[in-house]
Amino acid sequence: MFLRPDKAEKLAFATLKVCMASVIIFVSVLLIHIIVNGYSVLSIDFITQMPMKRMTEGGIYPAIVGTVSLIGLSMALAVPLGILSAIYLNEYSRPGRASWVIEMAINNLAGTPSVVFGLFGLALFVKYFGFGPSILSASLTLALLILPVIIRASKEALMTVPQEYREASLALGITKWQTTRKVILPAAIPGIMTGIVLSIGRVAGETAPILLTGAAYFLPRIPDSVFSQFMALPYHLFVLATSGTSISQTRPLQYGTALVLLSIVFMMNGIAVVIRNHYRKKLNR
Amino acid sequence: MSRRNNKEKAIEVALLMTSGVTVVALFLLCIFLFREGALLFGDHSLVSFITGTSWYPSSSPAKFGLLPLLAGSLIVTAGAVILSVPLGIAAAIYMAEIADPKVAQLLKPFVEILAGIPSVVYGFFGLIVVVPLLQDLLSLPTGQTALAGSIMLGMMALPTIISVAEDAITSVPSSLKEGSFALGSTHWQTIYRVILPAALSGISAAVMLGIGRAIGETMTVMMVTGNTAIIPGIPEGLFDPVRTMTATIALEMGEVPQGSEHFHALFAVGAVLFITTFIINLIADSVKKKYRLQEEA
Repeated sequence: MFLRPDKAEKLAFATLKVCMASVIIFVSVLLIHIIVNGYSVLSIDFITQMPMKRMTEGGIYPAIVGTVSLIGLSMALAVPLGILSAIYLNEYSRPGRASWVIEMAINNLAGTPSVVFGLFGLALFVKYFGFGPSILSASLTLALLILPVIIRASKEALMTVPQEYREASLALGITKWQTTRKVILPAAIPGIMTGIVLSIGRVAGETAPILLTGAAYFLPRIPDSVFSQFMALPYHLFVLATSGTSISQTRPLQYGTALVLLSIVFMMNGIAVVIRNHYRKKLNR
Repeated sequence: MSRRNNKEKAIEVALLMTSGVTVVALFLLCIFLFREGALLFGDHSLVSFITGTSWYPSSSPAKFGLLPLLAGSLIVTAGAVILSVPLGIAAAIYMAEIADPKVAQLLKPFVEILAGIPSVVYGFFGLIVVVPLLQDLLSLPTGQTALAGSIMLGMMALPTIISVAEDAITSVPSSLKEGSFALGSTHWQTIYRVILPAALSGISAAVMLGIGRAIGETMTVMMVTGNTAIIPGIPEGLFDPVRTMTATIALEMGEVPQGSEHFHALFAVGAVLFITTFIINLIADSVKKKYRLQEEA
């Protein structure tokens, strides 16, 4: 059957619109479902109290503390490493074997499933280095997982710095490192920040790696050192939703935890948008 | 002057060493993964691992057959690909070619949000909304099936597919498009006769990356697929519970003593998973390179 070209176009475009709309509807349903059900649970008590009565009541304070410590520690490791690597790759390296090997390693790490990172963290940090299941082991694992993401984002940001900046600075007799530090890096910082902020959201939500490297089902107290086990938001949600003793009774707690987790991710996305817009305005001035 | 040069040289070397961390990390990852996995093959043969049809880690003697898990991963991923590839490419065409640029600007953050939702939240939504829905709609004994996993994974693979495919479509030279219009083609004819073929390798890379994302996903599949380690029939296995390689590692690692046979078997599964994604990424990479070369030519 042959349709006239204009009819075919109408039909095709309508189909494309339906596809796009169904993606949007699915995401909207997911978000609205969790926001509506989670909103009624949210309260100051929910985020500042310990879980009570075998996690069927009370709050999620220790899980928030755990997730925040994971973010802090893994970012402290991955951000400097990531930015310096990106500087090397974009400003210093010449095409050759060394940069090829590094790029290949980054691509491979970026494509490795998070659960494999979990196994790696378990074998290297928990077992071989003897850090045990702990905040330290989990943070090191997450840092390696997020490193390629930060390198790529930083490199992208460095690439957008106009070549004239480098040439003008070098023409003034300024060394390459000073040029990089005083001219290129400041110009690339907004882009780099955007990448970092987005990877914070990613670290907050990762579950499989921490499941293997130290996340605890339940702890009655806040961890006191980096060698302690810890509770974390995504793992807490998983535990409540799948293996608790009273899954349907704790449903509101599950929605609440999911919403807190989503809020962290959205906050980070929001901050990224703000940084981007702020920077764009500055550029246009 | 030479002191300044020395300092510059030292900085360059230091930077090189910093970026070497990723290489060292990948190297260590391979060593530890394969070493721990290889320890399984003292008592079990590699052949029985790869061709074994039953995964009974706690029977005696324990059986570590990879096939049910591999088949589980494949069927869930295949379902996800069937759902997400047409949908993702359609959405990419819509955003790149048809939508008003203003609308497209609004849709982009939407796709970013889709990418940012943590997998455990997808799993949670799948478990309490999609699973019961499937059970009722298809009157299945349980909604925790490969299909539920495919639907959720398909959604999760969408942002990867959409953004890479959209890049590929927008990077098709506009001269091609204009030439087609000048010959009197409609916009749709131009899209499927000119733009899509020109963007094909970029779109294939998008699909490969989407597959890589789907096969490595853990929490979501673990929460919605029921985790029964039996070899699924094709295609009716879509409506049965299955268990993927990723879910097996995450589910069982908590219960096994370190250094036991079972512990090493899970590392061996991880090694298979790593090799699988490695190959998929390699293909995606070479496809992308080809498409860059075409562009330059």
